Amino acid sequence: MPEPEDLIWRIAGGSGDGIDSTSQNFAKALMRSGLNVFTHRHYPSRIRGGHTYVEVRAGNGPVNSRGDGYNFLLTLGDSFARNPGEDAYYGNEEAKPLTENLDDLNEGGIVIYDEGLLDEEDVEAINLEERAEENGWHVYPVDLRGIAREHGRDVMRNTAGVGFTAALMDIDPAYFEEIISNGMSGEMKEANLKVLEDAYELGQEVEHTHDWSAPAGDGHDEEQVLLSGSDAISYGAIDEGCRFISGYPMTPWTDVFTIMSQNLPKFDGVSEQVEDEIAAAALAIGASHAGVKAMSGSSGGGFALMSEPLGLAEMTETPLVLVEAMRAGPSTGMPTKPEQGDLEHILYTSQGDSTRVVFAPANVEECYTQTRKAFELAYEYQIPAIVAYDQKLQGELRNVPESFFDEEPNADPGSVLTEEEIAEAAHHASDKFKRFLHEPEDGSNVSPRSVPGQEGGRFLATGNEHNEVGHISEDPENRVIQMDRRMGKLDDIREELDAEESHQTYHGPEDADYGIITWGSQQDTVFEAVDHLNEAGHSVKAVGVSDLMPFPEAEMTEFLDSVEHAVVAEMNASGQLRGHIQKELGKYGDKMSSLLKYNGNPFEPRDIVEGFETSLDTGELPHTRMKYVPAAGD
Amino acid sequence: MSAFNAIGADREIEDEEFTPGIEPQPTWCPGCGDFGVLNALKQAMPKVGRNPDEVAVFTGIGCSGKLNSYFESYGFHTIHGRSLPVARAAKLANPGVEVIAAGGDGDGYGIGGNHFIHTARENHDMTYIVFNNEIFGLTKGQTSPTSPKGHKSKTQPSGSAKDPIRPLTLSLSAGASYIARTAAVNPNQAAEILAEAIQHDGFAHVDFLTQCPTWNKDAKQYVPYTDIQDSDEYGHDINDRAEAAEAMYDAESKLHEGEILTGRFYVDDERPSYTEEKQAIGEMPEQPLAERYFDEDTEWDRSYQLLEKHK
Repeated sequence: MPEPEDLIWRIAGGSGDGIDSTSQNFAKALMRSGLNVFTHRHYPSRIRGGHTYVEVRAGNGPVNSRGDGYNFLLTLGDSFARNPGEDAYYGNEEAKPLTENLDDLNEGGIVIYDEGLLDEEDVEAINLEERAEENGWHVYPVDLRGIAREHGRDVMRNTAGVGFTAALMDIDPAYFEEIISNGMSGEMKEANLKVLEDAYELGQEVEHTHDWSAPAGDGHDEEQVLLSGSDAISYGAIDEGCRFISGYPMTPWTDVFTIMSQNLPKFDGVSEQVEDEIAAAALAIGASHAGVKAMSGSSGGGFALMSEPLGLAEMTETPLVLVEAMRAGPSTGMPTKPEQGDLEHILYTSQGDSTRVVFAPANVEECYTQTRKAFELAYEYQIPAIVAYDQKLQGELRNVPESFFDEEPNADPGSVLTEEEIAEAAHHASDKFKRFLHEPEDGSNVSPRSVPGQEGGRFLATGNEHNEVGHISEDPENRVIQMDRRMGKLDDIREELDAEESHQTYHGPEDADYGIITWGSQQDTVFEAVDHLNEAGHSVKAVGVSDLMPFPEAEMTEFLDSVEHAVVAEMNASGQLRGHIQKELGKYGDKMSSLLKYNGNPFEPRDIVEGFETSLDTGELPHTRMKYVPAAGD
Repeated sequence: MSAFNAIGADREIEDEEFTPGIEPQPTWCPGCGDFGVLNALKQAMPKVGRNPDEVAVFTGIGCSGKLNSYFESYGFHTIHGRSLPVARAAKLANPGVEVIAAGGDGDGYGIGGNHFIHTARENHDMTYIVFNNEIFGLTKGQTSPTSPKGHKSKTQPSGSAKDPIRPLTLSLSAGASYIARTAAVNPNQAAEILAEAIQHDGFAHVDFLTQCPTWNKDAKQYVPYTDIQDSDEYGHDINDRAEAAEAMYDAESKLHEGEILTGRFYVDDERPSYTEEKQAIGEMPEQPLAERYFDEDTEWDRSYQLLEKHK
């Protein structure tokens, strides 16, 4: 038997078939069996039907990306096939989950399809037999719907599929039984257990033409939890004392908004679903102004509406944390597909010389720690902080040791004074508190603030330029002092970040000749590709950039100085990070090329490998799903 | 001891306390109705018994937006049309603070119209004063949502083809629980109505007629001033929605004919405020959110307990 490779299991069907929940349970069961897991979601912008799939990758080594292709396909058929009596078919959609997925199935892979749904003609029409022979696939037709019907309802064919998978892959079904037993009750539970058992038995009885199985779990040293990027952002916010969230639903931001709304009341916090995104950001500003750590967020189009309140937070120096969950644009773009196309929008939106902190975490752990840091900086420095991530990181699940989240809460509201401190603070001749003090006593650029209701702390906050007590002022001298002080915060924050453990993540041999630069959710995929490249004899290292503003100038200069050439890999069509690096560092235009993917699917490790080799070679990519832009000079 | 000692301080309040020690020179034109709002608000505060430190005034953009520059309290001059969402979150964050929002007719009924509808619908416990002069003032005289049909301006030189907004009936249908109209030229009524609106538990909307002697000097509503009538005189039941709707419709129809009806149009004392509604369903704690950050005894839970379902 060959070395057990990572299992990359893809379950495909229509939206509404329970693909998502089934895959989550599947991932959790494999995690409990002692494997590391990683999930990748692909879904259309519709409620029912269409084509959706989730991949669960599981292995004993680190699994930090979806991997290359996949090696096990379970197709359930489209949800419209659930009620055949209703004639709710569109074309041949019941076969779609099978036909749409075969292209990426690896050689020697396994296919389970639902014989109960697909007629012989359907299967003949897609030349499955021929293609299987060509690619060495092992095809297992099984009447999943029949098994489901026998004990319960059609929809339980997902459980049947899981049971059959377990048998084909030598996975102990007890892990699935446990999840069904704990997650369901009554007849539902009994029926699902029966379906699982029957399918498992059937899977054992059929002749196995394949000769590989899922790796047996080596086990974990400590308790693991299975979390998405959105879970981690939400929990980071809660642990940092965030007790107010306001939002308007928009995919994929809705995820954080939902998780926060469901959990904040348990922590005596308040969640508000409001009329639009302008209001959402404005509410967060109002709550923060009144002394509560607050957060809002959206995705591209909704974030565009927040541009105006974002500037207000900057000018009034009101702490604010915004989440930007990117999806493909422009405009409403592709609602359920990831892209990193909002970078420039996030960095520069709003009028004037605006200042803000922008972090782009790369994985679940970074989502947690950088959200906490975003709150800390926003409240200490009275500046908006944005956590930018994308639809990929929003929904993908990974296992993380539980102890990672064993962090003390931080309720420190930052640079807010107590009433005693206000009494001793600088006051105007009118008895007004100097909220926007030109030269804060500690030599920093942060003028400590008061909040409404505090005795002696009265001031005026205004989006207009203002003097020390907050009154509107167009005095040129005051203007320059206030602008310099607000903008000076970014230098202070950079200094603080440079003194701490870096948010940038490095991978590969330090003395490598070539570099790959990436950001956000693509980081760990790039790192996996770097390993493949070095194994293949190249000399490559990579950096995942998380601090987008203030920019880690020293770190990035060092990295770029140390390599002959760097490829910037990102999910957009115009090379936004590459442009940002050039702008921030003022050089390296001749040292960076771009590898861009913007077809709605994130990079796979092999894309990076291919793209990197191309960059060294001809500049012509062998396929059209990526774009290569050579170095252009400064 | 409370973390916010200014809130509920028990003492005699003087209206002079609301005049800033060093007052910035008002940029309002001579004869502007906005002075009337400022004065009425200052006179209302002692009646309400609130001191400047426990009051927060949120304004939008325009002439009206300058209200809190000349009024001594906590102030937040926000952005065009957005005073309400900023204000209502401040109220949720610290219900002890007296929250007043103000804006003009363009600010409140135009660009901020969506926020107006939803803040009224949710019945946030706050007061909203709309300076209604039927014109954009600070941008120099463009047609506003309350300008009468046919009103000529630089941006509508042939006269407006649009019917004006009916702010009172709009407010009623949106869900405000206190609705009144007053006028800068009726200072005693204005101060009384503002005091009452501030004391009302719920969303109190005051449509405040303010003359603009610079850009809208021909507006019928200001000439002659002697024709102002009080709502008490036309005897509808202000607790009755249907009667209030009728009275409002009449008042709004007659406004542009020069007949000005002011006073309380609708008062619903029964409807719980948004804070009370949120508390009743367990989504809003009793202790003010803001207070906990200053309270050393507060125990801050961390998200660790949520991890159970992820195992």
